[in-house]
Amino acid sequence: MIVNLAFYLFSFILLASAVMVVSSRNPVHAVLFLILAFVNAAILFLLAGAEFLAFILAIVYVGAVAVLFLFVVMMLDVDFVALREGFQRYAPIGALVALVLLVELAMVFAGWVIAPGAQSARLFPTPADVTNTVAIGSLIYTNYLVLFQLSGVILLVAMIGAIVLTHRERKRAKTQNISLQHARVPADTLVMVRAELGAGAPLPDHEKETL
Amino acid sequence: MFTLIAVLAPLVGAILAGIARPFIGKNLAIGASILFMVVSAIAGVTTLVSALQVGIAAPLHVLNWISVASFTPDWSLRQDMLSLIMVAMVSVVSTLIHIYSAGYMAHDKTVPRFFAYLSLFTFAMLMLVTANNLLQLFFGWEGVGLVSYLLIGYWYERPSANAAAIKAFIVNRVGDLGFAVGIALTYFVFHTISFDGIFAAVAAHTGDRYSLFGTSFPVLEVIAILLFIGAMGKSAQIFLHTWLADAMEGPTPVSALIHAATMVAAGVFMIVRMSPVLNAAPVALEFVTVIGATTALFAGTVGCVQNDIKRIIAYSTCSQLGYMFLAAGLGAYPVAMFHLINHAFFKALLFLAAGSVIHAMSDEQDIRLMGGLARKLPVTWLMMLFGSLALAGIPPFSGYYSKDAILGAAFAAHTPVAMYGWFCGVFTAGLTAFYVSRLFFLTFHGTSRAPKHVQEHVHESPLVMLLPLVVLAFGALGSGYLLKYDFIGGGFAAFWGNSIQVLSTSPMGLLDSAPAWAAMAPLAAAIIGIAVAITFYILAPSLPGALSQTFGGLYRFLLNKWYFDEIYDALLVRPALRLAKFAWRFGDEQVIDGVPNGLAALTADASTQTVKLQTGSIALYAFIMLIGLLAFLSLLLWVR
Amino acid sequence: MLIPLSHYLFVAGLLLVIGVFGIFMNRKNIIIIMMSIELILLAANLNFVAFSGALHDMVGQVFTMFVLTVAAAESAIGLAILVIYFRNRGSIEVEDVTLMKG
Repeated sequence: MIVNLAFYLFSFILLASAVMVVSSRNPVHAVLFLILAFVNAAILFLLAGAEFLAFILAIVYVGAVAVLFLFVVMMLDVDFVALREGFQRYAPIGALVALVLLVELAMVFAGWVIAPGAQSARLFPTPADVTNTVAIGSLIYTNYLVLFQLSGVILLVAMIGAIVLTHRERKRAKTQNISLQHARVPADTLVMVRAELGAGAPLPDHEKETL
Repeated sequence: MFTLIAVLAPLVGAILAGIARPFIGKNLAIGASILFMVVSAIAGVTTLVSALQVGIAAPLHVLNWISVASFTPDWSLRQDMLSLIMVAMVSVVSTLIHIYSAGYMAHDKTVPRFFAYLSLFTFAMLMLVTANNLLQLFFGWEGVGLVSYLLIGYWYERPSANAAAIKAFIVNRVGDLGFAVGIALTYFVFHTISFDGIFAAVAAHTGDRYSLFGTSFPVLEVIAILLFIGAMGKSAQIFLHTWLADAMEGPTPVSALIHAATMVAAGVFMIVRMSPVLNAAPVALEFVTVIGATTALFAGTVGCVQNDIKRIIAYSTCSQLGYMFLAAGLGAYPVAMFHLINHAFFKALLFLAAGSVIHAMSDEQDIRLMGGLARKLPVTWLMMLFGSLALAGIPPFSGYYSKDAILGAAFAAHTPVAMYGWFCGVFTAGLTAFYVSRLFFLTFHGTSRAPKHVQEHVHESPLVMLLPLVVLAFGALGSGYLLKYDFIGGGFAAFWGNSIQVLSTSPMGLLDSAPAWAAMAPLAAAIIGIAVAITFYILAPSLPGALSQTFGGLYRFLLNKWYFDEIYDALLVRPALRLAKFAWRFGDEQVIDGVPNGLAALTADASTQTVKLQTGSIALYAFIMLIGLLAFLSLLLWVR
Repeated sequence: MLIPLSHYLFVAGLLLVIGVFGIFMNRKNIIIIMMSIELILLAANLNFVAFSGALHDMVGQVFTMFVLTVAAAESAIGLAILVIYFRNRGSIEVEDVTLMKG
């Protein structure tokens, strides 16, 4: 009973904040509503028994991705007033498309039944005696190891890509390049000349021009 | 054997002069060409003499050519008297002209090409006259037409020469079309195109008829008329004559060889060769006579007022060919051949002499700008005199005997058509004498009307040009008297043998049977013509000018060749050009080119339109993607 | 699981639709679009977890972890691109982003 109520409440807040995300005037508000949506989704995950994922959602999505969104929104100095015009133009079509999509989803769900052999067709039945985290861990480090590593590589690539894309060369002050200094040869800098008494040392050619 | 040498030697000479010239040099090429022609002439005369002494040989089979079901023409040389006479005449006259050209064309830049063409022409002509079937004859026919084109347009930098060459080729083509259809019909009827086969089967097909347009036509008449249309084109008879005058754009030796002695005679030769077929088609023969007589008259009238020395002689050729067809149409084929041989000699003589005059006058051809050349060019004067007297038909020159025989045959036949021919012939004889005398007097007598610098340059031709003239003059003088008995006299049947079929109903035996006034009429007309010419051009030089003013319309009508060229231009040439232009502008440019060009333009257009899809607007892309996803989902749901 | 599966699915479906709607609506602000994408991914995750709980199968939760990873990577790169785009163009209006116009 309580569980159902909790479900209805949190799902309602989830949907409401999703609507606010797409219809907020202020993008900062939109990001904040997105965070709210993520949090509520995490709670729904908890209700479904996926604790690990719920907290991962909170840590990764809320803590990293949404914050990233916030940073970018703050960083881009955009004139927000001008941005909201034209909203009304596409409302009808958008609503139509959304509606059609919804109807289709409903149709699919309506005509859907669980196959009789579904229970026995489970790939990895949920172990009853271990925590959710251990259960997930026992899968991703064994059967899905390659995929796990690959997802790590994807994240690495994304990180490098983001850095490379946004990297800016700044005009910095002259720093020392030690290796270049060590690589200098005396022949590049010293010239032995024979000087006559009273005449002074003859200048090398390239110095003469500057005089 | 000698016949084969006579036929092939010019080909070898042509190849040497034409292709081997870079290897052997210009003079050697010319010399080789002349040498091979001399060999051919010797061989031709030898084979004729041997045939006269030993007898006619069978056709010489050289090569198999086509063998398709019953259509089996082959390369073989017919060696009956008709062929051998022609071989001898063609090879000798061609040799003389080759020698003459060595002098006349000495200043030209590409002389070996000329000799190659001349020899090639001789080869084609010899193939024509020694053909044993219609296809080989047609090969020679087309060959001479081709080389005529090449030689008329020899100085190809001149647009007028190019136009004249095309004109000759196209007008000949019209005739050749009739000829080709005739050959096809011959094959369909006789199932063979070899002369022996056709001649043997003529009697069996006299009753065959074609049913067309509601009436029926005798097959042999149709074939004969079609073959004659080919002869009309090749021999420049009226309606298909327009090319001959313009063919004078070619060098004078070309005019002498092709348009006087040989190529234009091919039409007459072909008609005489097909004598068995013609004899079975009396209507066609009448047609031949009428056309021949009308052509003679037409060309005679036009020749009276022309001012270009070569054109006058060209129209006289046209006219004399008309005489030959007049005789052939009466069934008197030997008479036609007699005149052909005589004509070959004196016409070639006239042309070469005219060439000598042109050469002396620094390439001037208008007789109104000549005059007084008798003293400066004595040999040429004498040669031209011989040729003119032969043409006019004054005894003892050759032309008299043959022209007399033709008109005697016409009178003897006495049919309405023959009498029409007789009247035309007599009148034309007078005209012929008139215009050739006019030519002679205006060129050689009186005071010179040429510009000063041309007068100073007048010189007699070199020996290499005069020698052929002298040889031809002997022919013009003697061929009539010497050949008369064998060709048309009492010995004609034995002489010609089976090569010409002369019906017993032909006027051949009655050549001298006309009453005295009729027999003297041609000569009288000729003398009157000469007398009128003397009056006009020696005694009262102002008279021609005054006459042309008074009879301005008639003068212009004759000067413009009875406006044939203008009529053909309006009726045939311009519509053809318009059709061609339409086909080009619309058919080619719009329809045929339109397909690839249109496709290309369509592709470019389509791409320009398609590119507008790529707006670059990400929102639009997202939009479209979502809608696409939706559509896909809906589709899945509906299909399931 | 105490709560019926259909409830979870309904919530997830609605969330998805709201996310799609958000992509359509926001022509003026790319960041909102990216947040809508996050909502869609969240809906998918909710779906996975719900099924995992209903069917007592661990695979759903494992898969959700990977989705989480990819979503994080994608939003990081996307925001980086946005930042430099803004640096160069001075605007994040969706309709101005037409550099790829053909």
